[in-house]
Amino acid sequence: MDDRETPLLDELEEGDWPSFVAELKRAAEKSAMSADLLRQIERSYADNTGHWKRGGIVGVRGYGGGVVGRYSAMPEEFPGVKEFHTLRVNEPAGFYYTTEKLRELCDVWDKYGSGLLNLHGSTGDIILLGTTTENLQPCFDALGEIGFDLGGSGSAMRTLSCCVGQSRCEHACIDTMDVTHDLTMNFQMEIHRPAFPYKFKIKVSGCPNDCAAASARSDLAIIGVWRDAIEIDQQGVAEYVDEGFDLFNRVIRRCPTWALDWDAEEKRLKLTSEDCVHCMHCINEMPKALRVGQERGAAVLIGGKAPVVKGAMIGWVLVPFMRLEPPYQELKDLIVQVTEFWAEHGKNRERLAELIDRLGMPAFLEGIGVEPCPQMVDAPRSNPYLFWREEEVKHA
Amino acid sequence: MPKTDFGPPDYREMIPPIVRENYGKWRYHRIPRPGVLEHVSETGDVLSSVRVASPRLVSTDFVREICEIADKYCGGHLRFTTRHNIEFLVSDREKLQPLLDELEGRGYLIGGVGRAISNVVHTQGWIHCKSAVTDASGLVKSIMDELHDYYTGKKPVPAKLRIAVACCVNMCGACHCSDIAVVGIHRRVPRVNDDVVSKSCEIPSTIASCPTGAIRPNPKLKSITIAPEKCMYCGNCAAVCPAIDVMDPDTDGVSIWVGGKLSNARTTPKFSRLAIPYLPNHPPRWPEVTEAVKNLVEVWRQRAKPGERMGEWIERIGWERFFQITGIPFTEKHIDDFTHATTTFRSSMQFRI
Repeated sequence: MDDRETPLLDELEEGDWPSFVAELKRAAEKSAMSADLLRQIERSYADNTGHWKRGGIVGVRGYGGGVVGRYSAMPEEFPGVKEFHTLRVNEPAGFYYTTEKLRELCDVWDKYGSGLLNLHGSTGDIILLGTTTENLQPCFDALGEIGFDLGGSGSAMRTLSCCVGQSRCEHACIDTMDVTHDLTMNFQMEIHRPAFPYKFKIKVSGCPNDCAAASARSDLAIIGVWRDAIEIDQQGVAEYVDEGFDLFNRVIRRCPTWALDWDAEEKRLKLTSEDCVHCMHCINEMPKALRVGQERGAAVLIGGKAPVVKGAMIGWVLVPFMRLEPPYQELKDLIVQVTEFWAEHGKNRERLAELIDRLGMPAFLEGIGVEPCPQMVDAPRSNPYLFWREEEVKHA
Repeated sequence: MPKTDFGPPDYREMIPPIVRENYGKWRYHRIPRPGVLEHVSETGDVLSSVRVASPRLVSTDFVREICEIADKYCGGHLRFTTRHNIEFLVSDREKLQPLLDELEGRGYLIGGVGRAISNVVHTQGWIHCKSAVTDASGLVKSIMDELHDYYTGKKPVPAKLRIAVACCVNMCGACHCSDIAVVGIHRRVPRVNDDVVSKSCEIPSTIASCPTGAIRPNPKLKSITIAPEKCMYCGNCAAVCPAIDVMDPDTDGVSIWVGGKLSNARTTPKFSRLAIPYLPNHPPRWPEVTEAVKNLVEVWRQRAKPGERMGEWIERIGWERFFQITGIPFTEKHIDDFTHATTTFRSSMQFRI
């Protein structure tokens, strides 16, 4: 197409950072749909506003989600994007691909869609951006033939995602990719058929570094942790020190609970393990000498979410430690307990954190059958307004 | 019946042989140069991961191009990170330098590892979203054109820095815990098209959608009214009722938030806090926004101690000094008046005067 049609976007082809405009143009070379997308976005840049209609439910047979309907608000001017629906395609755990699989995906998408995609969307899906209502079913069928299924959308369990885990990280206390894949297969019904009050996100991180940003982004975060002592290779520590590593300033004084000390005479790093809060700092700084402990499992945090409606939350500790080995039954049971309670008591568009905020954490714990424990709170209550059940109150 | 519920490709069929053989056996890692991670297994195997920037919104031709590179150097395997970087996984050490050379020759930016600015997590924007106040892809491109030297390691930074861009307060990327978050905002009460409300909206659920109780029924018009003194322009009502329009190109804009983190290292996870309540929405280059982000990065970079994240640095020096040093005016908008406001008020004498 003629370059001069998009003077504003053309400016974003300049500069060193990879350009999405260059990608739009590459797709526009082959697809009339993408060419009109480029023109509509240029119009948005000129008008300072988006030009997509709100609403529009489309889908594929047998599923209640996985497709986001999208229609241009200016179909006469940009007929190519009159219908421009998105398919959310569930990514393989850990975002690993063979080039063969990716090429198959590209072939399907060039045939049925715009040739534009996100690798990946914020939740984790492969986002195939832009196809017509007519092409949705054949595209989904073709995706199925190469082994790609849809992810979640709407008031459903959303596509899970995770950090790289044990596949390439020495810190991972759990097999994040297997947990993610296993839960994904287990909850296909909940992912594909929205039946919850609102979205429900699950993410899995292998250690408290939380590289999957699970605690902020998921209603239920699974984060690997250990409960014995950090493993210390004293010779490894001595090597760091001998090489001039500033052990005191970089590690010892930055331990949040003063759990570390250095015995200069014996050249030994001393750990008071009961003071350790598994923050990962020392391990991050000295990966050749320090490792996560051997008794490994995961904590479960609940309620993480973005602002809408009642404010953003970072997840709250529900279970401080859980062993996590296949078939992950205890975890699956907990997820069912939590989502069933929420489905029963939650209002329309009320996320889990907002439900807990409304009902109170004690009522939620009772409802799902989880015993309270001190790891759940930063500090106990400071007000005197306790609730008592009738059976707890006996006359003196 | 069509085939349904078969799930994603099994990761075990996607991972390269070196990952399969060393799964759960990785011993430690180091960063031999910016953008490269070298993982060493207890088996003695060494895996080099080369991280490169991606615009996230890509064409199938782009995907075929990175596949071609992965075929040549990585045995036909590659992966992506949670922040949209591409990672080329090299098990044959002989192939590492030629791969780096080819990537650089083709203009890819190698970086985003360790103490660096990684790729920007962002939302769809005008490319595909109905409720986008601004365009995320354009903001990211404009910001990173200025900051890519901190991605590639050409210029060092004290610690990792995570930037995120969301085109509205829905914050699809959940950027509320980023070192720097750029968020599109509205500033005016939504307009209600009374004629359409009765036809296309469910009034009780529209009223219930408002977090501040600003919406009341308007029985005379079979519509609703919004109390302007209560509305904080979240747009949740507009998501529920298509007769409500919160978009306003003239007054919508961009806000900037700082100091969030999610890693538990040293300090606990933190929310990003308001730095700049409003900047104008000026595509295609958003000069006010890129300048503000650059200023935040520069001020932090020059003053933070080694290993100190943005939020840790601000907490150490105090917010009062943060506003002084950055030159950002502190206004009544910085004082919270929403649901958890009182937890943010200062109750101590520990402040700088």
